[in-house]
Amino acid sequence: MHRNGPIALIFHTLVVAFVLAPLVIICLVAFTPENTLSLPTTGLSLRWFKAVFAHPDFVTSFWNSIWLATLSATLAVAFAVPAGLAISRYVFPGRDFLNALFLSPLIIPHLVLGVAFLRLFALIGVTGSFTWLVATHIIVVTPYVLRLVLAALSGLDRSAEQAARTLGASEWTTFRRITAPMILPGITGGWLLAFINSFDELTMSIFVTSPATVTLPVRMYMYATESIDPMMAAVSALMIALTAVAMLVLDRTFGLDRILVGQR
Amino acid sequence: MIPRSTFTPAPWLLAGPGALFFIGLVLLPLALTVILSFHAYDYSTGIQDTFTLSHYVAVVTDEYYLSVFWRTLRISALTTLICAAIGVPEAYILSRMRDPWRSVFLLVIIGPLLVSVVVRTFGWSMLLGSQGIVNQALTLFGLSTVKILYTETAIVIALVHVMLPFMVIPVWTALQKLDPMVEAAAWTLGASRFTALRRIVVPQVSLGMLSGSLIVFGLSASAFAVPALLGGRRLKMAATLVYDEYLQELNWPLGATIAIIVLLANLCIMLAYNRLVEARARRALG
Amino acid sequence: MAFLTLERVSKDFGTVMAVQDVSLTIEKGEFVSLLGPSGCGKTTTLQMIAGLVEPSGGRISLDGRDITREKPNRRGLGVVFQSYALFPHMTVAENVAFGLEMRRVPRTERTERVREALALVQLTPFAERYPRQLSGGQRQRVAIARALVIAPPVLLLDEPLSNLDAKLREEMQFELRRIQRKVGTTTIMVTHDQAEALSISDRVVVMESGRMTQVDAPYRLYEQPSNAFISSFVGKTNLLAGTWRRNGAAGAVEVNGIALEAPASEMAAGAPVTLSIRPEKILLCQAGAGRLDGRIASRFFLGSQWLFTIETEAGTMTVSTPNQGGDPPAEGAPVGLDWSPASVRVIADRAAGA
Repeated sequence: MHRNGPIALIFHTLVVAFVLAPLVIICLVAFTPENTLSLPTTGLSLRWFKAVFAHPDFVTSFWNSIWLATLSATLAVAFAVPAGLAISRYVFPGRDFLNALFLSPLIIPHLVLGVAFLRLFALIGVTGSFTWLVATHIIVVTPYVLRLVLAALSGLDRSAEQAARTLGASEWTTFRRITAPMILPGITGGWLLAFINSFDELTMSIFVTSPATVTLPVRMYMYATESIDPMMAAVSALMIALTAVAMLVLDRTFGLDRILVGQR
Repeated sequence: MIPRSTFTPAPWLLAGPGALFFIGLVLLPLALTVILSFHAYDYSTGIQDTFTLSHYVAVVTDEYYLSVFWRTLRISALTTLICAAIGVPEAYILSRMRDPWRSVFLLVIIGPLLVSVVVRTFGWSMLLGSQGIVNQALTLFGLSTVKILYTETAIVIALVHVMLPFMVIPVWTALQKLDPMVEAAAWTLGASRFTALRRIVVPQVSLGMLSGSLIVFGLSASAFAVPALLGGRRLKMAATLVYDEYLQELNWPLGATIAIIVLLANLCIMLAYNRLVEARARRALG
Repeated sequence: MAFLTLERVSKDFGTVMAVQDVSLTIEKGEFVSLLGPSGCGKTTTLQMIAGLVEPSGGRISLDGRDITREKPNRRGLGVVFQSYALFPHMTVAENVAFGLEMRRVPRTERTERVREALALVQLTPFAERYPRQLSGGQRQRVAIARALVIAPPVLLLDEPLSNLDAKLREEMQFELRRIQRKVGTTTIMVTHDQAEALSISDRVVVMESGRMTQVDAPYRLYEQPSNAFISSFVGKTNLLAGTWRRNGAAGAVEVNGIALEAPASEMAAGAPVTLSIRPEKILLCQAGAGRLDGRIASRFFLGSQWLFTIETEAGTMTVSTPNQGGDPPAEGAPVGLDWSPASVRVIADRAAGA
């Protein structure tokens, strides 16, 4: 394959610089000892990180987000795996409709989803409920899990299942002992992707969170509209670190490029 | 083995709970929102029980709303163009790299998708603010500072940053399906590198480019965080407008109207895309 | 004593009739091959015996028991799949033990039987390996061990050797036969490779377009094929189209004006027939000294034998002679062809409906 010429590489470097610039700046500013947004030219300090952990709102929101993401990812898997089995293994009326329905949150703007959920909750009187917030996150992240589960199922060697059947396994035992372990990488990757997407979600959550259930991105947004100080940078740096760890785990279990690129 | 087509209850039992959940939490709320957009609204008493088209009329006739829509369209189109201009060549360059660089840089370009949009936008506000890094660098060089933050330029820059992976991924995928030997075959037959690119690579990639463009346009038009944090109070886009109506004006019906319009616009884009894909597939496969 | 019986079994997939009217009785301990080109219905037939496909019609009985509608996990048959279908997340030993686990065999007995099965296929040192660490031939042996350890009444093999390279395939053919002889399990093998079917089976069932066309021992199938398809599918042969002519007690086939002596047949005079003679049955001699004269068009050296294509007045013929070490006739040389009349087969043309 032809190597890239110098012009191409310069272009590429500029693009990479563009992509990384905001993230790098955040990580640098987070360590500043100054009171205002500035680069840590005089020295490195952890004061703003300490400030984050001392700020009760941020700590609460962080745990809200962790708990929310864990619940939604897990329940999304609980919905997506059986649905994936149904869609990929059976031909039945309404199959295409169901497939489109489960994937619809991908094409409905989160703005619209947020507004729609808010209306529903207002009508049934559950605005501000954490449980219903989890429900909204499940809706938003299930498509990611479903796509990976469908990909894993379609790549499965069905003859292994047939072999298990001929050896005496019932349908449930075959699923439990043979199918599930074989699609486990897809399920794990899906869970992780769902977790990350729930943790990061802003636009929809802003409409359905209440002061009691504020998630970390919403908290950060609210803080950013009021004051811009290095504490935001510190929180952001922590989130970047968390994302990096998640990316590493995703890469080890499934292969990050397969998950992200296989998506679209 | 062929999927079983004789009647079994299995698929219904498997997908049933999820289907009910989704119908109840996707289709139902959307329907309710559509209905809401027709409710009359009174500033002192709230949502009325009567129905009216006044919100739809207001949205398409009022100067203010029209200017917001026009801004949204303009910014989305500009973002899409710049993303294509940067993303397509970048995807091509990536595809021509050797491993391990290729995987590394693919992750670098696409990884930011996993970082929350708040974080990324905040990073840009730090870069582009009046005390931001860009301006600090300019003062260092003795140049006058520029106001970037709270302008449309800032919004476009940040949107391009957020949307770039969505352009790179489909183009990258299309390039992956390309047999590198096809380009080499063109060279052996006498085509220059540029001609080979133009006649062989670009047509294959065009579908990926189209897909990426539609995704970027749709996401930009409904983007919230970027215009909210970088547009300030004056530069509204569709999503921030809806936010205002819902959470500040409390005029839910009007907010719903705008949201429905955004939804319809997105659906039209999807439909147009599907038509185009089918037409191309028909032409290619005959 | 029939052990496995298929009575008029058929499978209709709606758009295509994959299997029609297959009736077969298999004795205990027999090794039977289902032989035919792809699409002939042999794999579908096997899948119906295994229970993975439901028959549209007919009956399948095992040892007197009707198993036609029984689920695959109740039939207790041993199946070896073409792709081996090993469980990738289990070790070799766990794979082999799976069937025993399903039968709730106690652990100590399980371990012992797995050990025996692995010894049978000569894979004892690989018990703790995973399938991805094994070669194709090793995986295949694991699949065989896994199917045999449950002591099934019948062993079903779906193209077991097709994924192996040529040399390994030959070795495994003998291995399969050895194992089957040792354990004595009734075995049905599906294959498209006629050499394979002929070499290890007790009987071969030739299938074409969903139907059975001949069931015979390999030797008889080869020497006395019942139609032109079998004749050309099973082994190489020369096929010459001609007309049957009576000549006293015997007869001859007239091909392009030349009368070639052939064994007596119940054919009507003037009926269109095909004459079949195997390449190895033809002897080369001096031009003029044989039944037919010809000129050598090309010759190929295959190590153990020479292969000639010879242009004769009756058509192009393929002849193979063992490599005796000497120099055979060169290309272009005139040569005579001779054979014993018993080596010739006369087959009625199907189109004529004889």
